[in-house]
Amino acid sequence: MAILETLFYLFVYPGVIFLFVYSTFCEWFDRKLYARLQNRIGPAYTGRAGILQPVADFFKLLFKEDIVPEKADRIIFSSLPVIGLATVITAGLYLPLWNFELTRSGFNSFQGDIIVVLYLLSLPTLIFFLAGWHSTNFFSTIGGVRVLTMLFGYEVPLFLAVLSPAVVADSWRLAEIADFYQKFPFLLFFQVIGFFVAVISLQAKLERTPFDIPHAETEIVGGTFTEYSGKKFAFFRLMTDIELVVGSGLIATVFMAGFSNGIFASFFKFVLKTLIVISILSLIRATFSRIRVDQMVGFAWKYLTPLAVLQLLISIIVKGIIQ
Amino acid sequence: MRRIKIPIGPQHPALKEPISLRMTIEGELIKDADIKLGYNHRGIEKLAESKTFIQNIYLMERICGICSHSHTTCYVQGVETLCELEVPRRGLYLRALVCELERIHSHCLWLGVAAHEAGFDSLFMYTWRDREVVMDLLETISGNRVHYAINTIGGVRRDINIAQKERILEGIQFLKKRIEYYTNLGTTEPTFVARIAGVGVLSKEKTMSLCAVGPTLRASGVASDIRKDDPYAAYSEIPFEICTADTCDVLGRVVVRVKEVIESIKIIEYIIRNLPDGEIKVKAPRKVKEGEVVSRYEAPRGENIHYIKSNGTDKPERLKVRAPTLANYPATIEMLKNCFIADIPLIFAAIDPCICCAERFVEIIDKRKGSSEILRMSDIKKRYTNKEIKRDAVWPF
Repeated sequence: MAILETLFYLFVYPGVIFLFVYSTFCEWFDRKLYARLQNRIGPAYTGRAGILQPVADFFKLLFKEDIVPEKADRIIFSSLPVIGLATVITAGLYLPLWNFELTRSGFNSFQGDIIVVLYLLSLPTLIFFLAGWHSTNFFSTIGGVRVLTMLFGYEVPLFLAVLSPAVVADSWRLAEIADFYQKFPFLLFFQVIGFFVAVISLQAKLERTPFDIPHAETEIVGGTFTEYSGKKFAFFRLMTDIELVVGSGLIATVFMAGFSNGIFASFFKFVLKTLIVISILSLIRATFSRIRVDQMVGFAWKYLTPLAVLQLLISIIVKGIIQ
Repeated sequence: MRRIKIPIGPQHPALKEPISLRMTIEGELIKDADIKLGYNHRGIEKLAESKTFIQNIYLMERICGICSHSHTTCYVQGVETLCELEVPRRGLYLRALVCELERIHSHCLWLGVAAHEAGFDSLFMYTWRDREVVMDLLETISGNRVHYAINTIGGVRRDINIAQKERILEGIQFLKKRIEYYTNLGTTEPTFVARIAGVGVLSKEKTMSLCAVGPTLRASGVASDIRKDDPYAAYSEIPFEICTADTCDVLGRVVVRVKEVIESIKIIEYIIRNLPDGEIKVKAPRKVKEGEVVSRYEAPRGENIHYIKSNGTDKPERLKVRAPTLANYPATIEMLKNCFIADIPLIFAAIDPCICCAERFVEIIDKRKGSSEILRMSDIKKRYTNKEIKRDAVWPF
């Protein structure tokens, strides 16, 4: 039974199937909201209100011609999308959706799993860089370099912001952090700055406007993905969608008291809270224009990082007071 | 750092028409730029020589989709000067009315494109939505959204009535509010301003020595506008101001354009309220007197020049078009130097390029000899006019 449970966990909920279905739904939600904010209709034809459009896009891309550049390293070029997809799905397993029982720690709930999730969410960035570099195309190379340049901007504030609730909760285990804030919800008010820092950093990590610098269409064509097509590009797209779900799930866990008490309650809380985060991300996407890579790094170090440090300081003081 | 050359175009998402910008870059900085034209040559000038003066109005309209009225007005004004025709005042006012509506539509379109180049798609969607209002107004006046076909030699082809006047006033009132909002948005939204302020700087002296035209020139603080400098249509009677900015960058070019839209709205209001009565056109002769003329016109993109030479028949002997984009290319190269890669689409879009308007030569490559030469129309003409051309040949010949 234990094996069956683990397999169910890996492949059904919250593993591959759930993440696929929910991430396509989130992409639809994001696209629809973004379109409505721009006074457009958005996806409208596939399924009710276009809800199946991302799924249709995915399967359509699977059947498209798949080209590998002549000079590119075939093995690395082809394996990167799969590795990337595997990384973000693995990160998704650590979200405390099923494993909220504090007494029972398993392979996906242990002290320090917050670090594992953050680490697994950092890997896609490196994969984007490698993808750009191995495409042997000028535009891809520039895109890849921009990916790395941006990494140095947003990674530090993201880590600081996500870890400061953990400091107050005195735990490095996601389920315990969520449980702590379930008991003391008022302490979340001290984490407001960190929440916004984390959301903005997540926006940068997901490379969405105003941080869509590595694949700025009007400047460097497809950027990192210029040479990717067909199946490989479909996997990259799915990977970004799942990253969106996992990233917002992580923020919902540490800043919004997680998702606890029963399978169904936790499912509904997860959907509601991630959709709130995704709405904020869409709103940011619709209100700003793309900035330059130097401006992005400047912004991250001038404003985001000091704010994240301030948040950490507040957390330490709060922790001192409640003890 | 190693210098590499990257090609922007002829096929690139930032370009709406084919042109090749070759950038020499060092990291993210542009060290040198080069523009290569000739991907979109259509032979319009040659075609114009085989058509009558009346037919040419509709050919000139098709030089450009966005400034279609600019090219026809420039052309018919030239022909009218050759014929010594006196166009009725109402005709001139209606011509100016369509001119200004076209300017609004062109600038709204440009603002959307510029926002899209900067990755600000929301502004793009909103400006293009509101541009529909002015497109509808043009449709009520002329029956068409793009090629208005309202000009004819000796005046305009369609009159407007009271109901149309009211619709125009209503439409521009709505547009005025929206444009004021976009002016505010485009000049204060922090991320957008961060992208356009101080980008593509070109000093006043440089702009003048490189012969830039239109909003590019005015954004560098030079108050030059053909409507004021060399008034045509009804502009000598209409009060308006030349819009300038002194920041000399892309932000200045945005400011100049949005100010011009507001100025255009005022001009339209004036025209509608002071539209003189009378005829809208006079009858024009089929054959145009011998002579040559240069006609100037302030298109939304800048000064448009047509040179027309007539030999006394009903067809022009030579028709030369100098579209504003061509005059702005030297300035663009200067602006691109020492900017970031991220600024290329914005700087290039800031001149509002209309690439097919400016294609005036062909490159002939001899594959066997391996030689190539760039030929202007006059060169080709010199070389081939002595040969007999079968004009009335029946297909297949």
